[in-house]
Amino acid sequence: MNIDAIDVNESIGLVSEVLNGHDKRKGILVSTLHKIQLENGYLPEDILRALSRKLSIPLAEIYSVASFYKQFHFSPRGKKIVRVCTGTACHVRGGAKVENALKDRYHIKAGQTTPDLKLTLETVGCVGCCGLAPVVTINEEVMGTIGPKKIKHLINVIDEEGVAHGEN
Amino acid sequence: MEKIKSIEEFNNLRLLLKEEVFKEGVPRIRMCCGTACTASGSTKVVADLERELGAEHKSVEIVKTGCQGFCQQGPVMKVEPWGYYYQKVKNSDAHEIVSSTISGGFPVRKLLYRDSVATQPCEMMETVPYYKKQVRIALKNNGLIDPRQIYHYIAVSGYTALAKALSAMTPDQVLQEVDNANLRGRGGAGFPAGQKWRHSKKAPGTIKFVIANGDEGDPGAFMDRSIMEGDPHGLLEGMLLCAYAIGAQYGFVYVRHEYPLAVVNLKLAIKQAEEIGLLGKNIMGTDFSCQIDVREGAGAFVCGESTALVASIEGDRGFPRPRPPRLSEPGGGVWGFPSNLNNIETYACVPPIIENGAAWFKGIGTENSPGTKVFALTGKVKNTGLVEVPMGITLREIIFDIGGGILDGKKFKAVQTGGPSGGCLPEEFLDLKVDFDSLTKAGSMMGSGGMVVMDEDTCVVDVAKFFLSFTKEESCGKCPPCRIGTYQMLEILERVTTGKGVPGDIERLEKIARLVKKGSLCGLGQGAPNPILSTLKYFREEYEEHVHDKYCRAKVCSGLGSFTIEHSECFLCGLCKQACAFHAVKETRRSYFIDQSMCTKCKACFMACPIGAVKIGKGTRYTREKTGIGR
Repeated sequence: MNIDAIDVNESIGLVSEVLNGHDKRKGILVSTLHKIQLENGYLPEDILRALSRKLSIPLAEIYSVASFYKQFHFSPRGKKIVRVCTGTACHVRGGAKVENALKDRYHIKAGQTTPDLKLTLETVGCVGCCGLAPVVTINEEVMGTIGPKKIKHLINVIDEEGVAHGEN
Repeated sequence: MEKIKSIEEFNNLRLLLKEEVFKEGVPRIRMCCGTACTASGSTKVVADLERELGAEHKSVEIVKTGCQGFCQQGPVMKVEPWGYYYQKVKNSDAHEIVSSTISGGFPVRKLLYRDSVATQPCEMMETVPYYKKQVRIALKNNGLIDPRQIYHYIAVSGYTALAKALSAMTPDQVLQEVDNANLRGRGGAGFPAGQKWRHSKKAPGTIKFVIANGDEGDPGAFMDRSIMEGDPHGLLEGMLLCAYAIGAQYGFVYVRHEYPLAVVNLKLAIKQAEEIGLLGKNIMGTDFSCQIDVREGAGAFVCGESTALVASIEGDRGFPRPRPPRLSEPGGGVWGFPSNLNNIETYACVPPIIENGAAWFKGIGTENSPGTKVFALTGKVKNTGLVEVPMGITLREIIFDIGGGILDGKKFKAVQTGGPSGGCLPEEFLDLKVDFDSLTKAGSMMGSGGMVVMDEDTCVVDVAKFFLSFTKEESCGKCPPCRIGTYQMLEILERVTTGKGVPGDIERLEKIARLVKKGSLCGLGQGAPNPILSTLKYFREEYEEHVHDKYCRAKVCSGLGSFTIEHSECFLCGLCKQACAFHAVKETRRSYFIDQSMCTKCKACFMACPIGAVKIGKGTRYTREKTGIGR
């Protein structure tokens, strides 16, 4: 992403009419971080440095904001991001079993990435498909009602290489 | 697309669209393409239906609607003009739907909803028990229109309320109408929207903001999501009406990043509305201008709190701050401008109020809480999904009539309302009339509308622990009562649920809970102890069993109880012996038994037994620590 090409006024929208320069620059920070992450999969340090210069916001402040939000990551992430829902409905219907099965299979904990960058395992609060509990999302695709049989299917899906499972 | 330059022009367009879109007599399939139905394969069904329809049935319309609510039975669809309601549709059913329903007008019987094999199937949506008692205001367009088509929304008299307000009402009249309707904030606390609007209107300054709070983070709640996904224009219209009433020029919809479809649909809706001049400068040719934009969150539950949300929009860490100043006061809102913040559902209720009048709205629901409320009914109940019911309905009606009762014929134990800040209500409250005040009085709260049903197999201590681990995780860390208190409470609960509870733990828990409730800065901390306090109030004996008898009556918590094998039931399959990692299951020629001195109470044998012959009883006479055997 070309940091120098960011147009602050355009990014923040018409509300720029009533804001001063610093507020405007800060106002686009979160959405810009989203864009950087979408492109790179994580927030690389050099890009954040460039962003800091461009927006005249101290690097520490950018990190302070980025580290507050759970969705921003500072290290590369797996090709497939598997999120196990641990929301109420999934909890009641056995989401933890699914999580444990994946942990055992790939030897990583929630929040970690396998060394070959194949997969990142995460837990999320609720993906809003409580009717289908327990739910797992692979990248953006939702898989619901995962019982013991479907866990095997799920692992097969994760192991499939390079198939377009809603690649970012 | 041309911009609409006057209200008359809009009215003409609407009349035209009313005839053009959704023509009568045209066969039409309204297919649910909400998140849950898409996950169960509705896009495949649409593709196959389109192929099956082919050239022969070109006139058949397929409308990809937002969430229709009955997520568990998804994908669901309605076939008009017959009104047949199909559920659990697979793509292989496409052929049958086309050949019998579209060509012949007969229902496909296997796709109709039926309670059990013994009862008659329900042909129409309205006769399905799940929908019978529902009244739809906020969700009225979900299941009716394609959220990506602004013309669909206008055809079902969308933006009519805005046209009415702009042409025939002053801002004060709009505000008065909302005030008269006594619309209360659907986000949880139930603060009257009219009063809030009045505050923001009175605030000095010419620049004001309207903000819609779509940071719906409660686990188990997804009503805002389905409104944003299924009826984004309804939300925009509500926000515009609010902006008109309070004199705001800018608006934001703050959406969770976890709701990608909502973001896409909202952005598209904003673009379409701007293109035809229903949003932006000089709306419908009048002097009224309002600009609405989407802001995405980044995964922080606390950003649903109003001051934290504002900080997040400004690009700061999402920390709440002490109030006053409130958002509606100068210096309190985004960038210091007075701002009016309401929940998505609250805004979605505004256009119907303006269109039909306050008296109509007050006719629904109870005196102090008029209107309807959307609940996300989940947990151990037969029918899960979104339900919109009038206020004043009893919990029993929601759970047993709409929800169809408890799964597998088990016994009802409790219902959790209000998410992580709400509480658990036991059986004696089943006939409680649900509204803002009654729930608060019973020790729970309306919350944003999550409703999780629990049966006898759910351990309330475990549930309290679950909610607390959520709030502990999501605590932003600014104020110590919340940051440290939730951690300490969780620590005690961890202990209690693993059989290491000591006498005095319950009292300690209660004390910390009260302190956290009193001392925390924002709603997150103040609400965090509620699941504990309410379960302590109604299920104290279960806590006591955990601590004193080391027994979990729901048999959920491991590390508790004494394990025995009931010889009269055991059929000697030996699975329990295989399952035990500690060689605690011993085999004699005629029976299996558990060696208490080696048992770690991991529950592996209990889970392994296919017929439930492994029993968990109260008490632990022998523990490994006491006897010292088996170390």
